[in-house]
Amino acid sequence: MYNQTEIIKDTSELGADGELVINMGPQHPATHGVLHLVVTLNGETIKKIEPHLGFIHRSIEKMCESLTYRQFIYVTSRMDYLSSHINNLGCALLIEKGMQIEVPDRAKYIRVILSELTRIASHELWLGAMAMDLGAFTPFFYAFREREMITDIMEDTCGARLTMNYIVPGGLMYDLHPDFQKKVKAFITQFKSKVTEYEDLVTNNIIFQSRTKGVGILSAEDAISYGCTGPVARASGVSCDIRKIYPYEVYDKVEFDEVIETAGDSFARYIVRVKEMNQSIRIIEQLIDNIPEGDFVAKTKNVLKLPKGEFYSRVETARGEFGVYIVSEGGTTPHRIKFRSPGFSNLSVLNHIAAGGMIGDLMASMGTLDLVIPDIDR
Amino acid sequence: MFSLEGITTSVQDWLFMKFNPTMALAMECVIVILLSISLFALLGLVLVLMERKVAAQIQIRLGPNRVGPGGMFQTVADTLKLIMKEGLVPDKADKFLFNLAPFVVMMVGMLLLAPIAFAKNFQIWDINIGVLYISAVSSLSVIGILMAGWASNNKYSLLGAMRSGAQIVSYELSAGFAVLTIVVLTGSLQLSEIVKAQENGWWIFKGHIPALIAFVLYIIAVTAETNRAPFDLAEAESELTAGFHTEYSGMRFALFFLAEYINIFIVCAIGATLFFGGWMPLHIGNWEAFNHIMDYIPSSVWFMGKTFFLIFLIMWFRWTFPRLRVDQLLNLEWKYLLPISLFNLLLVAVIAILGWHF
Amino acid sequence: MTNEEIKEYISSLAPAATYDETGEWLNILVEPTALKPLMAALRTGKMQMNYLFCVTCVDFKTQLTMVYHLSATTHRQSIVIKANVNRETPVIETVCDIWRTAEFLEREVFEMFGVQFTNHPDLRKLILEDDFKGFPLRKDFEDPINMIKL
Repeated sequence: MYNQTEIIKDTSELGADGELVINMGPQHPATHGVLHLVVTLNGETIKKIEPHLGFIHRSIEKMCESLTYRQFIYVTSRMDYLSSHINNLGCALLIEKGMQIEVPDRAKYIRVILSELTRIASHELWLGAMAMDLGAFTPFFYAFREREMITDIMEDTCGARLTMNYIVPGGLMYDLHPDFQKKVKAFITQFKSKVTEYEDLVTNNIIFQSRTKGVGILSAEDAISYGCTGPVARASGVSCDIRKIYPYEVYDKVEFDEVIETAGDSFARYIVRVKEMNQSIRIIEQLIDNIPEGDFVAKTKNVLKLPKGEFYSRVETARGEFGVYIVSEGGTTPHRIKFRSPGFSNLSVLNHIAAGGMIGDLMASMGTLDLVIPDIDR
Repeated sequence: MFSLEGITTSVQDWLFMKFNPTMALAMECVIVILLSISLFALLGLVLVLMERKVAAQIQIRLGPNRVGPGGMFQTVADTLKLIMKEGLVPDKADKFLFNLAPFVVMMVGMLLLAPIAFAKNFQIWDINIGVLYISAVSSLSVIGILMAGWASNNKYSLLGAMRSGAQIVSYELSAGFAVLTIVVLTGSLQLSEIVKAQENGWWIFKGHIPALIAFVLYIIAVTAETNRAPFDLAEAESELTAGFHTEYSGMRFALFFLAEYINIFIVCAIGATLFFGGWMPLHIGNWEAFNHIMDYIPSSVWFMGKTFFLIFLIMWFRWTFPRLRVDQLLNLEWKYLLPISLFNLLLVAVIAILGWHF
Repeated sequence: MTNEEIKEYISSLAPAATYDETGEWLNILVEPTALKPLMAALRTGKMQMNYLFCVTCVDFKTQLTMVYHLSATTHRQSIVIKANVNRETPVIETVCDIWRTAEFLEREVFEMFGVQFTNHPDLRKLILEDDFKGFPLRKDFEDPINMIKL
């Protein structure tokens, strides 16, 4: 890594015009993960932010070139660990598309329910962490109360709480736990009764609103030009929900709204995610009682081989569009894999929206961009 | 009933009987010093634990419950840990100021314990300019904070100390005006006079509208003065990693930590004295029986009860609200609180002259 | 727009382009020198491809291939533009000024494959250490300490 003294010499001197250069991170309570930001300040105003990445680079793309098609799926759980089911689903969809595997309906329904539960869990953690960045310590515990229920459901069914290896090309690894439906319904009831707590404590709090309204404004053209996806772009008015535009699994059969706000500031990004949680609950409610009986996995060979060619599949994770691009030469391992991670493009917008504001605004903007650094560094 | 005033008078009589006057006075000073240091330490212990338990209740968890019954000795364990930690002094730090800063902040806390009336006739120093003394001495804590930030030789500490200094100096104005409201109603700066004037009812009830406005302003201003959330950006740990006391560790950090809680106690004690009657029990008009029962509860219990209620209120704020940004904080003071407090002072002057208070 | 219409349109902009319709989307292979004008025309012209969602590079043993995935928020159709660059001296024009997202994406391709992007505002390593030697994602990258060959 960097030579320690070189960092201190390099970035701790006063720049021109008496500007102060400050390092935030890599170990910092607010950058969620190991992100090193070099912030050039003039008094309290930020002039430039430069992210230094690579602290958790694990050369996943190179590594996957030596893993088989059944093995590489679970490496994506470790990338964006808060949306592990959705990432796995993206990889599985790619292999099914490439090998023309037909997934049974039961597996499709369950995969969608798991994806939506993961989305809610990810947004809950985001809510708690962002409120904590801004100084409100209590919403963190309230958000984790709901997230605990989801991780308990996951632990029963998938065997793990964070990096859940459950989705395989062709369906699921095992069938559902018998208590799954009961627990999910209990969760839905609890969530609906608690969502007013978040409204009272955070959304309608005047201090929170004045910290996030008008802060970190991103226009729609800039959002598209910077390649932002997910709630970041939807808060600026760009319609980009993959579940609506290129529906996969059973998303074309369920009714839900795509949440779009036009303000483009941190408060709009916050509102988009909170409303998305409500939409996810709506999707789960429509599906949980109607899971069809049948097989949970399609019959596939043990060793999978994608035919020669290129394939791309995309899913909507909690952060945005996650794309998997595979170039295959017909063997058992991919020739080249590229993971198009949503955080990478969302991070590039940070300098644009936070320059000219204050450090407090940087906290609000970074919190609402919802960055998970292992997703960016891969 | 049990009364602290009885103990002090008997001790004083005994001392003056046994020794010559100067010697007795010197011994009294020593006793008072020991008592205030032990009060300091005891309050620190209790308040830190109270904060953690209140936080836990609000955050649906339990809080410390392993060390001692119900977690009572948690703070003792924490203090022992802090004493045994290595107190690092950074390389290019200004050693004299670095070591002096925690003591300045602590001394201000102890000096402010003097005029507070803990129970009937139980004050260390009933100075005739009590309120002025309190306002003046509490301003000295800014020096300690700025010393700490400067002497640490650390960008973050300096930023934090600057913010904190600006914040405290601004909010002292509003706090001062709020306190002045009660002084106008009473007509005296002396704390014992202010408490005596509340014999037939607490100022927050007797002074109706201006006293209520003054109380709200006072609570907001003292939350900002003691660097508590939502005004705690001087120690905003997610922005500047602990602000002005980043470089302090071990016993020096313990002194800062303790001094913060003592400051909270003092400002709440003053708030209780000015607005809620100090050690005066709650008397409601002509309800003789009720008043008689209220008189049975010792005055020290009344005083501590009111103070701890206000402390609970301030702790409640911390766990509910997010933090304000530095420009929003100064905006709040200079554009909103100060004009309101000036207007309130005018209002209370008019009411006092026309005799429209109870 | 159907594939035929797109092919006609792009042939009018870059006559030497070749097409490959075996994949999911239309793949267009152009010369590296013709890339920038084609991209600019695609962005501002009638197709309005304002969304560049993936920039990557693939190492076929004989050459490196730059792959750009484009899409539009209006008509949601995607196309893939490819350009073969020389393995010894890989040089290509940047598209940063057309889509701002390319700044970070091209930095990553630069450090992993060694492709030089001319006119890039800030071309340096993004994820790897500053003093890292070699281009890791190339097929001939050898690292005796860290790579374990089975």
